[in-house]
Amino acid sequence: MSDRRKPAIPSPTRRRMLQGIAALPVLSLSGLSYANTPPTSKVNTTGLAVTDKEVIVGQLHSATGTMAISETGSIQAEQLAIEQINAMGGILGRKIKIIQEDGASDWPTFAEKAKKLLVNDKVPAVFGCWTSASRKAVLPVFEKENGLLYYPTFYEGLEQSKNVIYTGQEATQQIIAGLDWIAQEKKAETFYLIGSDYIWPRTSNKIARKHIENVLKKKVVGEEYYPLGHTQFGSLINKIKLRKPDVVYAIVVGGSNVAFYKQLKAAGITAEKQTLLTISVTEDELLGIGGENAEGFYAAMKYFQSLDNPNNKKFVEAFKKKYGPKSVIGDVTQAAYLGPWLWKAAVEKAGSFDVDKVVAASPGIELKTAPEGYVKVHENHHLWSKTRIGQIQKDGQFKVLYESGLIEPDPFPKGYQ
Amino acid sequence: MSWFSEYGPILAMQGFNALSLFCVLLLMALGLAIIFGQMGVINMAHGEFLTIGAYTTYLFSTLTQTYAPALMPGYFLVAIVGAFIFAFGFGYLLEWALIRHLYRRPLDTLLATWGVSLGMQQLFRSTFGAREVSATLPDWLMGSWQPVEGVDIPLNGMFVMALTALLTLTLFLLLFRSGWGLEVRSTVQNRMMAGAVGINTKRVDRMTFALGCGIAGVAGAAFTTIGSTGPTSGSLYIVDTFLTVVFGGAASLFGTIASAFAIAQTQANLEFFLNGSMAKVLTLSAVVIFLMVRPQGLFAIKVRR
Repeated sequence: MSDRRKPAIPSPTRRRMLQGIAALPVLSLSGLSYANTPPTSKVNTTGLAVTDKEVIVGQLHSATGTMAISETGSIQAEQLAIEQINAMGGILGRKIKIIQEDGASDWPTFAEKAKKLLVNDKVPAVFGCWTSASRKAVLPVFEKENGLLYYPTFYEGLEQSKNVIYTGQEATQQIIAGLDWIAQEKKAETFYLIGSDYIWPRTSNKIARKHIENVLKKKVVGEEYYPLGHTQFGSLINKIKLRKPDVVYAIVVGGSNVAFYKQLKAAGITAEKQTLLTISVTEDELLGIGGENAEGFYAAMKYFQSLDNPNNKKFVEAFKKKYGPKSVIGDVTQAAYLGPWLWKAAVEKAGSFDVDKVVAASPGIELKTAPEGYVKVHENHHLWSKTRIGQIQKDGQFKVLYESGLIEPDPFPKGYQ
Repeated sequence: MSWFSEYGPILAMQGFNALSLFCVLLLMALGLAIIFGQMGVINMAHGEFLTIGAYTTYLFSTLTQTYAPALMPGYFLVAIVGAFIFAFGFGYLLEWALIRHLYRRPLDTLLATWGVSLGMQQLFRSTFGAREVSATLPDWLMGSWQPVEGVDIPLNGMFVMALTALLTLTLFLLLFRSGWGLEVRSTVQNRMMAGAVGINTKRVDRMTFALGCGIAGVAGAAFTTIGSTGPTSGSLYIVDTFLTVVFGGAASLFGTIASAFAIAQTQANLEFFLNGSMAKVLTLSAVVIFLMVRPQGLFAIKVRR
């Protein structure tokens, strides 16, 4: 274990030298920078990894393993945001440094690395996790060690923690606006619900079913789940053909997603013949599916890369400049990008890096520069956000057809459980 | 008859669907039937050879699109051959570097090939990126064929069927009608004796292993038409592949075919009448119960012990 921890205090001679070097710019700028750079003793009363010059934050995603597919975008977006914040002078006069840990798509590893970041590295904030399973694994660690996690993925809701800020949408935000739109726009009467067999699709479909049956007063003609990694959807496709639903509502994820859309197309179920609405396909997934295989289907998300606003144009340009012209940005990537900015705003409002003060300052934080437009942190630690309907295009991008108003996050929806 | 005109097409398509699943299972399992069935090597990296085939197709697709877009309709057939060659070559190297040292230690092979599989996944990830990619398929492979109104037969399903039939036939001829096949079978039955009559068993082993890997590569190329191409795509198939081979009875090519057929029919029909997760559970339970009663699988070669 000992080799992993770097000695916190440099040797005496080195320390003296470092102090000497560090003193030079501080002396010359002290008059100017004091206003922006409050002393460390003031902004850090709980022994966090904050010095006069820098603040160290943690990043905890899967860079390896099955989830690397999805989490790579989040890693890149968070690093881009931090780079931009540093270029603007950092937070409270301190540059942000990142310790990146790899959760390796393994939930116990996530918990272990979270503990390492909070206990050994004493980071004031962690940007990370992607799947609900990894979030559930680290949640007790964050609550026990009083850390602060910015979680980017749209997820099933039914959770709220003092120690987590959820920058993606919870289920009702994403689901209800999408169903309302499709019911009205397509005059849909019957719905067929499909999902991969785990917590997020099941919870989401439960909400969808309640909304379809109780609010919209329409009919659900089928609800089915297939194991994660399932690649043969022939039987399901035949059942869709048999029941002829007005709308197929699909929450298929991972490798199954690709197989599902390729086989739909091969079986002659295309957008001309069948309306399909999904909440699990972003620009990232379309890379694997191929735009031509899902052309014309609809997705309900809060963000699409093609959103036409100045914030987003700047964001897309910066992202492509850093990660190459071919890179794409999905909903979660954008939500991950919000994390460091929301944290910056909260720290500056609190005037401190202390977790309790940052958490207390978080509700009400607004971000007018978000690529998705305007967002605001709710008391329940989720974001007020809009939901959009995008239509899949051949080139793997979405054409935005509809935009809702700002939707209040409601992680524990009454009447939907 | 109105009943038939409504349900007839669905029945026909469901019948085709079950056949199509049978071919997919068989195609996945053929390579492993040789490696695990004939040689007894538990190759956990088998899925990654499928992935090699899939990425080869992706590479060919990208190259053709960039340099010779006019050749797009034909590239896929070349890609299949390319997938075979790449997977064969890599299998050849792997046997030489690792597998041949472990023939007497089957459990160590399991661990070693699992390690190889993880290593290969990470290699794909570093080379092609963590995100899934999509090979652009020629138009003649997309869409469906409508023999009558209401019946859509997927073209890619028909293609996989034809490919499976061709491969199975070739493999059958190779194993049972060629001199090389004779050497393989004698090596499997009695390695010492085969060596004593002048068969170079080491060479036979290497070629057999590489051939199994090459077939996996072809399967991977074919699967780009129905599934995903990503660093871990191969692992989606590995469980079903082992299931098919073990259920069929190791060391029996015919067993693998029968097993793929039985599993596909059960799975497809249960999926239709119940749902995906239940179908998987019931199919697996049926296989487990069958193997408890008959551990050697459906068909087993009689061996004097």
